[in-house]
Amino acid sequence: MTAETNTRTIEIDVLRYDPDTEAPPRYQTYKVPFQHDTSVLQGLQYIKDNLDGTLTFRWSCRMAICGSCGTMINGIPQLSCHTFLRDYWPKKLRIDPLEHFPIIKDLAIDQTDFLNKLDSVKPYLIPKQEKPISEGAYLQTPKQMEQYYNYSQCINCLLCYAACPQYGLTPTFTGPAALALLHRYNADSRDVGWSARSDVLNSEDGVWRCTLVGYCSEVCPKNVDPAHAINQNKVNSTLDYFGVLKLLSTVGLGK
Amino acid sequence: MQVITCDIVVVGGGGTGLRAAIAIAESDPKLTVALVSKVVPMRSHTVAAEGGAAGVIRGDDTLDNHFNDTVSGGDWLCDQDAVQYFVEHCVEELVQLEHWGCPWSRKDDGNINVRFFGGMTVQRTWFAADKSGFHILHTLFQTSIKYPGIQRYDEYFVADLILEDGRVRGVLAIEVATGEIVLFEAKAVILGTGGAGRVYRQNTNAGIVTGDGMGLAYRHGAKLRDMEFVQYHPTCLPGSGILMTEGCRGEGGILTNKDGYRYLQDYALGPLDPWPRPKAMELGPRDRLSQAFWHEDQKGNTFQTPLGTAVNLDLRHLGEKKILERLPLITEAARVFAGVDPVTDPIPVRPAVHYTMGGVYANMTETEVPGLYAAGECSSVGIHGANRLGSNSLVEIIVFGKVAGERAAAYARTVKDGSSAGVRQQAEESASRLLALLKNDKGERVATLRNEMGDAMETGVGIYRNASGMKTAYEKIAELRARYRAGIALDDHSRSFNTEWLTTIELGFMLEVAEAMAHSAYNRKESRGAHVRLDEYSTRDDDKFLQHSLATYTGEGPPAISYQPVTITKSQPRTRSYGGAGKQAVMT
Repeated sequence: MTAETNTRTIEIDVLRYDPDTEAPPRYQTYKVPFQHDTSVLQGLQYIKDNLDGTLTFRWSCRMAICGSCGTMINGIPQLSCHTFLRDYWPKKLRIDPLEHFPIIKDLAIDQTDFLNKLDSVKPYLIPKQEKPISEGAYLQTPKQMEQYYNYSQCINCLLCYAACPQYGLTPTFTGPAALALLHRYNADSRDVGWSARSDVLNSEDGVWRCTLVGYCSEVCPKNVDPAHAINQNKVNSTLDYFGVLKLLSTVGLGK
Repeated sequence: MQVITCDIVVVGGGGTGLRAAIAIAESDPKLTVALVSKVVPMRSHTVAAEGGAAGVIRGDDTLDNHFNDTVSGGDWLCDQDAVQYFVEHCVEELVQLEHWGCPWSRKDDGNINVRFFGGMTVQRTWFAADKSGFHILHTLFQTSIKYPGIQRYDEYFVADLILEDGRVRGVLAIEVATGEIVLFEAKAVILGTGGAGRVYRQNTNAGIVTGDGMGLAYRHGAKLRDMEFVQYHPTCLPGSGILMTEGCRGEGGILTNKDGYRYLQDYALGPLDPWPRPKAMELGPRDRLSQAFWHEDQKGNTFQTPLGTAVNLDLRHLGEKKILERLPLITEAARVFAGVDPVTDPIPVRPAVHYTMGGVYANMTETEVPGLYAAGECSSVGIHGANRLGSNSLVEIIVFGKVAGERAAAYARTVKDGSSAGVRQQAEESASRLLALLKNDKGERVATLRNEMGDAMETGVGIYRNASGMKTAYEKIAELRARYRAGIALDDHSRSFNTEWLTTIELGFMLEVAEAMAHSAYNRKESRGAHVRLDEYSTRDDDKFLQHSLATYTGEGPPAISYQPVTITKSQPRTRSYGGAGKQAVMT
């Protein structure tokens, strides 16, 4: 227990950028005391509360479910609440905003592009016909749920976009999280919306833009495996191109 | 100043706000809705709710059961007409979520599965593993994208309400990215801003849960009701307060003290056998379980962790398969944040502040300010009384979110457009006050005051209370309010994404909400639900206090406290009892 209560000090380099000035981005070093269970987020909060109120970053739940606090930690996209200072000490630690997104200020990036892409995949259930509430819930077996369940676990933290070299090269790429969500609805037994989503899926900026690097799945804190979702849909996209998907879905084999 | 005109402003993008916005869009697609949230909606704190949502679907359950569990769970401080409406509308809203795609956990035959929860007679908690709030929030958020009438303003911080001639005319917000101040002129405003757990130091809540909506309404004359009732959740990680869902116990988890003894049997929650059974032992209500922890701690039966004393939440007997299937989120959280694997070791837990039963007084979501509606945790519509039962709040947000949306829509159709010189003038004055906060560089740091507030509330208005402790707390809060007025020194005076400025505004709301809590508590000279006193008022006093407390804002001074009768329809107050011999429960 004594080791856990011991306070050590770590140096953190944080990228600073203030849009209200003309100054280019720079690094600033802070000395942060920490204990065994201090997260990187708590380190940033220590700086904000005690050393420098201008340091800007997003956070909220501190338990890896709200998706707010993604940053590059020593160059790797991670949730700062879910990463611990002890794992970097005695070396220095460097924190940058998520790659591939415009910076608003310090570690806060502009996520508008992602939100627009989320809209574009029609991420809502499109049923065959509206079912009255009085008729109760749809039946869905655990096996049917399994088809999409993993892809419903995405917390929209954007780590996969920061990890994706294709998104860095071609920002019009719909990208891992949005395509995984598209697949989440397509794979749901209650949904028949695949044709409404097929333009996005099949387009140049859809699944075909992915070159199967797979880093998106590696950094995903919720094991959503967007790379798998995307590459499954390369098959679906091909079947769709040859009209096979439509045929399969008419005989109930589309999922 | 930028002015945006719409029919209805919904403040807050969590479950309540999203459900309200969808209800407006469905009831009248011609109405324009501005959904204004200080975070992108899927970051809202609904996301962190774990256990599930109550709705009667089993053949051996009835609406009367749900009603009676809720009213007795609330120690008869519930408004029974509101509870009746609530229990009658839970299932349709849960089914609606299912139709929108929510992945509720299923039985093998494809039907919805339900689990036990504390204080509930029968299994009636719908769950999506232990990420129920996450799935509800993402389902609602993604569904809201379908409706073109809903215009989202993500990361706009609502800093003030604008009233004219006694009715609501809009809100003033700060666009976080740019720091620009924006006036939303509207006919109606719905508050869905969540609770205020962050006024305490150790809590399960996200950083954003700062009582903004309560503070906004309170400053403009709406009353805060039953604010003394603050729920401590009994099973949270020491230090961080990270929640270990009640679903752990709903699935059969047990609580033991440092000697491995199931201590709840000593606190009117036993006997131990038959186990498991509903409304007994670990399936008792949260107020009683948190109080039992306090006693064990006093007796020296807890054990030390580096971050405070704790007891064991033991899941090991459930087996790895069930733990991973039903409780994946807390398993991962325990592993990462506590360094404990629930499959092989018990999880150290202690109570932490979780939920504010009280809030803006609202009759079926209508506040006393015409045009202003409130629903969800920021409101007090009267269903939780003195202690909320787990799994009632996730249904509350959708049942009453919908009511708020429909009522606000009906109201908005009856009033004329909001624009006037007076509204603009008020907005300009309010904006100047906000900008004065931004410019200030003399005074104390925001974190200093925030920490002192959290400690004062924890010490004086905690699980157990007494007159002198509560008095110390409210005097401390008054002192902090004076120091806040004297000035918070900001390091950051820039407009863009200035979270130090926003935190300072939030602290202003929190101090006033905390003061309402402390005074409401001090004045309730009885013990009921989550408000338990160790002084001469240690028992319930229905003659004097079968009443809601109301806190009215008085400016710089303390709130004025008054009382209002509780609506009782069919359940007369009686002794609230748990435990006792009972039928063994069959766990699924």
